[in-house]
Amino acid sequence: MKFPILSLTTYIPLVGALYLLFMKEHEGMVRRLSLAVSLAAFALSVLMLGHFDPKTSGFQFVETLEWAPSLGVTYKMGVDGVSVLFIVLTTVLTVLSVLVSWTQVKKYVREFHVALLVMESAMLGVFSALDLVLFYVFWEVMLIPMFLMIGIWGGPNRIYAAVKFFLYTLAGSVLMLIGIIVLYVHGGKTFDVAALLQVKFAAPVQFWVFLAFFAAFAVKVPMWPVHTWLPDAHTEAPTAGSVILAGVLIKMGAYGFLRFSLPMFPDATATFAPYILALSLVAIIYGALVTLVQTDLKKLIAYSSVSHMGFVTLGIFALNRQGIEGGIMQMVNHGIITGALFLLVGIIYERTHSREISAYGGIARSVPRYAAFFVLFVLASLGLPGLNGFVGEFLVILGAFQRDRVVGVLAMTGIILAAVYLLWMTQRVLFQEMTHPENEKLADIDTREFITLLPLAVLSVFLGVYPNPALSVMHASVDQLMAKMEAHRAAVISWSQAWPF
Amino acid sequence: MIQFNTGDLVWLLPEIILFVTASAVVLMSVIVRPQARPGLAALAVIGALAAGWAAYGLRDGNVELFSRMVIVDPFATYFRYLFVLAVLGGVLLSVRTLETEGGNRSEYYGLMLFAAIGMMVMAEAGDLLMVYIGLELMSLSLYVLAGFYRRETRSNEAAIKYFILGTLASGVFVYGLSLLYGLTGTTSIRAIGEAVAAGGLSRPALVLAVAMVGTAFAFKVSAVPFHMWTPDVYEGAPTPVTAFMSVGPKAAGFAVFLRVFLEAFPAAQPDWNNFAIVLSILTMAVGNVIAIAQTSVKRMLAYSSIGHAGYILIGLVGGTAAGAGAVLFYLLMYTITNLGAFGILVVLQREKGRVETLDDFAGLGKTHPAAALGMLVFLFSLTGIPPMAGFFGKFYLFTAAVQAGYVWLAVVGVLMSAVSAFYYLRVVLAMYMQEPVGIGGGAGEPMPQPRAVLAVTIAAFLTVGIGILLNPLLSLAAASLPKM
Repeated sequence: MKFPILSLTTYIPLVGALYLLFMKEHEGMVRRLSLAVSLAAFALSVLMLGHFDPKTSGFQFVETLEWAPSLGVTYKMGVDGVSVLFIVLTTVLTVLSVLVSWTQVKKYVREFHVALLVMESAMLGVFSALDLVLFYVFWEVMLIPMFLMIGIWGGPNRIYAAVKFFLYTLAGSVLMLIGIIVLYVHGGKTFDVAALLQVKFAAPVQFWVFLAFFAAFAVKVPMWPVHTWLPDAHTEAPTAGSVILAGVLIKMGAYGFLRFSLPMFPDATATFAPYILALSLVAIIYGALVTLVQTDLKKLIAYSSVSHMGFVTLGIFALNRQGIEGGIMQMVNHGIITGALFLLVGIIYERTHSREISAYGGIARSVPRYAAFFVLFVLASLGLPGLNGFVGEFLVILGAFQRDRVVGVLAMTGIILAAVYLLWMTQRVLFQEMTHPENEKLADIDTREFITLLPLAVLSVFLGVYPNPALSVMHASVDQLMAKMEAHRAAVISWSQAWPF
Repeated sequence: MIQFNTGDLVWLLPEIILFVTASAVVLMSVIVRPQARPGLAALAVIGALAAGWAAYGLRDGNVELFSRMVIVDPFATYFRYLFVLAVLGGVLLSVRTLETEGGNRSEYYGLMLFAAIGMMVMAEAGDLLMVYIGLELMSLSLYVLAGFYRRETRSNEAAIKYFILGTLASGVFVYGLSLLYGLTGTTSIRAIGEAVAAGGLSRPALVLAVAMVGTAFAFKVSAVPFHMWTPDVYEGAPTPVTAFMSVGPKAAGFAVFLRVFLEAFPAAQPDWNNFAIVLSILTMAVGNVIAIAQTSVKRMLAYSSIGHAGYILIGLVGGTAAGAGAVLFYLLMYTITNLGAFGILVVLQREKGRVETLDDFAGLGKTHPAAALGMLVFLFSLTGIPPMAGFFGKFYLFTAAVQAGYVWLAVVGVLMSAVSAFYYLRVVLAMYMQEPVGIGGGAGEPMPQPRAVLAVTIAAFLTVGIGILLNPLLSLAAASLPKM
């Protein structure tokens, strides 16, 4: 058997979590161990990226073990050009989350790191599972640590936010479980993703299972109108939780569309794509408009995520190469940028204990290094060419224009609005007069915080100037996806075809 | 004429061992000094383990004994394991609380073992009369156990309620039985099955008989609308008894449901299938929705156990082999988890004062992190969140339902699980996200209960790690189907 690098990467954090849970180390040791474990996972994921062959379209590093053959469940892991990017993104953001929590998390320190590491294992598992049941297991496991993270270490309204997050996501996911079971019954009694990808499902099955999966993925993305958990969860979560939520967790919905919905249900995808494009446009524009009026920094970034994730679903359901690659790029970039913005808000919140924009103003004078990072990521977020945010949005809009000119034009307004709310926010926070004298003495970022922010800044500039490494990794996989959808010659399903009775 | 071969008794070794142990425990409880009585718990544990071991030794058996009054087949063996598990949990949880609250009377353990024998007889019955004998042995023991804390009003109330309604259910069962006997001239499950399949019976009488038998079983598994007794009895009974009662009799009820409905009434399946569907939906809905309104965790768990009976009933719908296998597997997952959840209530108990309300759980994550973590595991397992045991149980159950063509019923099931998340989460919220407010009944630390802690710890590890044992357990359940 080959070296099981995927399982190793996935379970290293879990083993670390169990060690922390049962060995009562003191707080400093907990933090150092947690950092070491997340760095180890990161190193392994980079090693994996190094050995990843971008020319192969199939799954790589595949591991298969028998699990419950009587139910058709196998333990199967593997990555392709899309998931490998997210695995690296996950390990990077987890390391940064540990670093940023170094002084921010003061109560239940051990439990916090246990939750964070279990979370990392589950997220890595979601991106590498090639068996639907295994995928579902990892998918649901994520709920528990994230629920606790928001609920225990979150802001003043944390309990409401945590419960809302849990119930929204669970309600969506359980429907996906039924969808998974239906696929098993109609797809030859197997949960193996590779095998199910070869099956052409009948129109009604596609129709309903697409909807069942859509329930889970749309809540996770989140798409309008089921996005309302996101502003609460992102706002109340501790910094590390917001980073993980915005950076990785909400990408999983879009990842699910790419991995399952598009290739398995091409007809249903063709049927629903126009509606999803419409929902995406609403998310982009409505999200941006709501962002404009926010007075809470974290809430502002949270709502901007709704708008930015609208671009992701727009790109994916444009159903052409530019759109899909742009959607994936946008996911990675949004993970980097929004992760960084939440880190920045967390860093300043730790000093002032206020998230209100009005509590700041002119702080660029007292915290120049902080301000430099802040401006960099804001510019990346609004899609300034030369920084990474531009690449994804540009490709998505290119794809949207190919699909329909009106869609492209409407999506453009989202970019304009993004520039408005981001620049206006930056102006009110960093520049203008210093309205609060106590902000004169704000401490600028220290070395630990600098190290936390630097990798994301480097990535942001690098992927902005030279996005090819990321794009070339996904080319082969996206090619295969496009080929699969064309081979099926997707046909729109009519309601009378789908009606089961 | 019933053929009786003394040699066949060896197949009943587990029951015989339990019977001898139970009698010994009852006798010795009068002889030994009061201080030594907790030692009788050890005897009960050894007896239960020996019975489990004997059941394991007889696992390959597939025999019909005493003119098919008793069947020892893989199905019976599976339930023997399950009941041994339940009685072990029940005894281990009881030791300390019995000393402090129950007047240190160790007939208690004898009664628990007798109840387990009754359950085993139910699972092994090849004849409706044997079902009735097992049912009564189990129920009578449980009536006494529910009221074992004589000086406590709630305990007395529980016993009386359970007794009156339970007797009513037994009566209904005997009515159904006599109708069946009148129709077919036999009480043997197989012979009834043959007569029903042959047709020619009066349909209204048959439907009535099936409904009556089903009602009695539905009462034992506390399916809605026959659940009225459950919340009060579960709440009033001593907590370890509740733990035992929430898993053992429920499993026994489903054992006879499967045995009788799949072997005697498969021909009447079109008649009872819709009843099963209605029963299942009602049970899930009422159990889960009313659980939301509870402020006592013990009572909430009672309603939750009603909800779980609803999920399990999904497995009966369609009458398929996969459904039966799913019921068996679910019962095991449920037994482990539910023993654990009630076990946490026992473990946290004070010298004076039970831990029952949501407020009692406030801040538990800070004051008793291990117990809180255990409760977290059990609650998420009951919700059905992977990788806990409860998830795999539900997964198998819903897979069976979809395979049988009841996608919509599975959808109702998962949506009800999402509803259930709401009340389970409230306990988690209280434990980790509220400040401690102090235990209502009495301050101080939980009393030391090493045996109960051991039982709960094992349950917790099994609940989390079941994914690793998934294949052997699934195979065991699949190989233990009743004759269909």
